[in-house]
Amino acid sequence: MELSRDDIAKVALLSRLQLNDEELDAMQSDLQNMVNFVEQLGEVDTDGVEPMAHAVELHNIFREDKIAPSLPREEALANAPDEDGEFYRVPAVLGD
Amino acid sequence: MSSWIDLSANELLSQLEAGQVTSQEVVTAFLDRIHQVDPKVHAFLNLFAEEALQKASVVDERRKNGEKVGLLGGLPVAVKDVLCMKIGATTAGSKMLERFHSPYNATVIEKLEQADGIILGKTNMDEFAMGSSTENSAYNGTANPWDLERVPGGSSGGAAACVASQMAPLSLGTDTGGSIRQPAAFCGITGVKPTYGRVSRFGMIAFASSLDQIGPMTNSVEDAALLLEVIAGHDPSDATSLDRPVPNYREALKEPLKSFKLGLPKEIADFNPDPEIQKAVEAALEVYRETGATIEEISLPNLKYAVPTYYVIAPSEASSNLARYDSVHYGYRTDRKAMMAGLEEGDSPLVQMYSQSRAEGFGPEVKRRIMLGTFALSKGYYDAYYLKALKVRRLIRQDFDRAFEQVDAIIGPCTPKPAFKIGEKVSDPISMYLEDLFTVGANLSGNAAMSIPCGFTSENLPIGLQLQVPALEEERLFRIGHLYQQVTDWHQRRPSLG
Amino acid sequence: MNATVTDAAYTTIIGLEVHTQLLTKSKLFCGCANRFGEEPNTLTCPVCIGMPGVMPVMNREAFRLAVRTGLALQGKIASFCKWDRKNYYYPDLPKGYQISQFDLPFCEGGHLEVEVEEGQAPSKVRLHRIHLEEDAGKSMHDESMGGRDSLVDLNRTGVPLLEIVTEPDIRSPEEAKAFLTELKLLLVYLGVSDCNMQEGSLRVDANVNLHLPGESGETIATPIVEIKNMNSFRAVERALHHEVVRQWEEWQATGKKKGEVPKQTRGWNDEAGETFAQREKEESSDYRYFPEPDLVPVTMTAEQIATAEAEVGELPQALRTRLQSEYELSAYDADVLVNQGKALVRYYLEVADACGDAKLVSNWLQQDIMRTLKERNITIEELPVSAPMLTELLKKVQSNELPRARARDVFAQMVETEASLEETMDAMGIKQVDAGALRELCQSLVDANPRIVEDVKGGKQQAVGALIGQAKKKDPNVNPGEVRKICLELIQAMGEDS
Ligand SMILES: [Zn+2]
Repeated sequence: MELSRDDIAKVALLSRLQLNDEELDAMQSDLQNMVNFVEQLGEVDTDGVEPMAHAVELHNIFREDKIAPSLPREEALANAPDEDGEFYRVPAVLGD
Repeated sequence: MSSWIDLSANELLSQLEAGQVTSQEVVTAFLDRIHQVDPKVHAFLNLFAEEALQKASVVDERRKNGEKVGLLGGLPVAVKDVLCMKIGATTAGSKMLERFHSPYNATVIEKLEQADGIILGKTNMDEFAMGSSTENSAYNGTANPWDLERVPGGSSGGAAACVASQMAPLSLGTDTGGSIRQPAAFCGITGVKPTYGRVSRFGMIAFASSLDQIGPMTNSVEDAALLLEVIAGHDPSDATSLDRPVPNYREALKEPLKSFKLGLPKEIADFNPDPEIQKAVEAALEVYRETGATIEEISLPNLKYAVPTYYVIAPSEASSNLARYDSVHYGYRTDRKAMMAGLEEGDSPLVQMYSQSRAEGFGPEVKRRIMLGTFALSKGYYDAYYLKALKVRRLIRQDFDRAFEQVDAIIGPCTPKPAFKIGEKVSDPISMYLEDLFTVGANLSGNAAMSIPCGFTSENLPIGLQLQVPALEEERLFRIGHLYQQVTDWHQRRPSLG
Repeated sequence: MNATVTDAAYTTIIGLEVHTQLLTKSKLFCGCANRFGEEPNTLTCPVCIGMPGVMPVMNREAFRLAVRTGLALQGKIASFCKWDRKNYYYPDLPKGYQISQFDLPFCEGGHLEVEVEEGQAPSKVRLHRIHLEEDAGKSMHDESMGGRDSLVDLNRTGVPLLEIVTEPDIRSPEEAKAFLTELKLLLVYLGVSDCNMQEGSLRVDANVNLHLPGESGETIATPIVEIKNMNSFRAVERALHHEVVRQWEEWQATGKKKGEVPKQTRGWNDEAGETFAQREKEESSDYRYFPEPDLVPVTMTAEQIATAEAEVGELPQALRTRLQSEYELSAYDADVLVNQGKALVRYYLEVADACGDAKLVSNWLQQDIMRTLKERNITIEELPVSAPMLTELLKKVQSNELPRARARDVFAQMVETEASLEETMDAMGIKQVDAGALRELCQSLVDANPRIVEDVKGGKQQAVGALIGQAKKKDPNVNPGEVRKICLELIQAMGEDS
């Protein structure tokens, strides 16, 4: 499948990756190569094959409903790039 | 004694237990070695010298008083910087996490501490474990101790190089597509990717969650057995960890294997491994024949699809796993003023903050994989790429299941080529991906695998032999590997770093 | 306001999406408390902050409550269900994905019977599916910096949340409100949620459009609009009313059909009483769902489902029926009691069973008790008069030991002082008046009031009321009915004598 520049720009927005024109060009060629490379999977007959999402055949793994201590707020916010001592701070969330 | 750093972990442990040496002396010897050699190799991103010596003195004190000492008994361990630790930053080799200080320890870190292992520092790696050369680290590459102009492999390049150059007797790496075994092969050490679920992933910064596994990187199979015994086991914080007892792996080594069958996949030849590597593997097969093993040809018909399958599944999971690096709760954030100044009419400052922070915080390979993964999961392409890859993954698993009905272990080269030159493959992602050709199968299928040294090229570069066993058969894996190391000395060779 | 719209012109088509938080102690994937109203960012840990390396582990109780809800709503519980990641960027979603269920939810189908108008046959609203997912945190606008910032609180992040999706079976805003009222009652009865809309533990989105008859008999559908931000059932009803009219007018103005314009999301402005178009989020439709690699599937056998079914308990509709058939209450009385909640019904049943007069007890609950609860803003569990205490009191009324009006005074006093019936009666000076003493008292009154006696004899029976008044002055504890009865007897006897 041929990837257009528009396709790349769309995937970049979905990925939240800012790319300038030059980077977009480079990404278009890299991604095209990668897509071509993985497209050989199309040769494999997978009719009736169950997809395999996990490498272990486990099910029904639960934890009990018990309260464990939370982090002190200072520690929770310690890594935040911008906070006011109570909340994480981000540029205004629009449209809400 | 010439130097403590020349001993294997098990030998050091005997000396510690016999009171021939203290943990402080051992730690000091390795710290000295680091100061001497690491400026050339650059295996470490961060050292905890003070804390290490402090902890060593506590262990020494306990031993002196006849108190109980953990399984690692004061042995130094190096840890790949993808494992979260309360001390120091945990960066995953990324600028994104340059200042990230984890408020918690990974389960394996807790286990190391409980076993009285002394954590020396954090080792270099490809950013978010994406790469096969450690060149993708945001903090400079690591050199191969056998040839400083070559890469140590990756992504656990620092972990491999620090053991090979005797800066640590034990080290922890992680393996998503070969990231323990390929650098082990390139650096001439022993590297184990345990069965998926054998070691808790809690606290390992995720790359591709259904493939990631933590494992030991050591000088010998015996040392790997010791370290796996410490880190393996069920963890209630990891829903994919297996609730199965951990065998005494070192004890298992003492029971010799009588007769066993090794399978050599015939498809390996299709990929033209380096002739010197082929020769070394053939010689290893001969060694095994002499010990009483039989070698059979087996078939892994979908081997050629393993790398493309991997390069759909791993980036897809990664695109989601790395979405959390959005500069809101932790991690790198772009300069707000500059960002706001560049906004155009109608742009959302929030979206711009995400996109710009991620563009600046991630390196090129990480961005490529996020893009590929996002694409493979997006509307209209999911079935053709992601779902298709999950189905081929099942077929690859079935190939392994069939092979293991026929033989006790699969044997072959770990990598198609020996360590390459720094910079040689940076501009060619696909050729870098093919480094994983022989290793990704075990991650896709979930079985255990290991690389052990089996010779050198004419350029004196180490060659790795890969052994693979069914899930949870690590005892068998170690016995087969140990057998080889009892009759060969490749694993005892050391690079001359001066 | 809808004077221009005739009922025959179109059919209103409504589907609801209800999100309800589950009443677990801890969050869905970590041990942080599931609690409302705490200081911001004090109920978080590495797991719910989505820090690097963390992994989710499913809360058993959350899944149990989810299954109970599905069964109570007559849904089909899946023998196999799994979790998926829904990927999107938002500051209150710290991992960059929400763990949810995509193609294999734990429950499909089901229905709820709803009485829209009293006396009319209930309508059946079918459910499409129910799935379990994690809640997001909260973002709020920060006005302090000129409105340029938003603030994020992650206390709610990871709280277990059920999404209940109806089929588009609802035909009027009134029916939507009735459905929500009955659903809320059911969820509260089940003990799975407190359904507090003010605290956000119940949230509703509505999808609405109109079906109109086309010229050649076909059905024309107008574009579906999703309405958000409605914070009461009344608001849902009003918003739907407004939207129906708005869509009708838009249809008449534009003639645009479903599929000809993208699906629109509109917010509800309660003060203005109107819906307004909301800004679309970028690519909001491409969530790139894929199986969550960190969580394993959940399977349920038929036996496990049957066991869960047995634990569901009696549901509101069944209770209403039972109160009518076994306790002979009117449909209205049964409805009032059941709608007060499970605890009040339990209280009612206990007292009614002990007293044997279901109607008397029903009256007491609907009058004195419900008024008291309302005035004091307390629950039935907090009422100082327990079910055995009320039983004791009502038995005195039944045996005529206490006049009804006096009993109400006693009840009020018991609520006030939290004392027992006996203590209260003592404190109020209420003693059982001895039958002989009462007869003596009546005799003295008859003797002292010949005029009244004459009046009674002359056929004016009501004149005896004056004697009752005098009796009460002398002893407030006399039973007026008894006084009346005895006085009449005495007067009659006098007549026979003379
Ligand atoms: Zn938490």
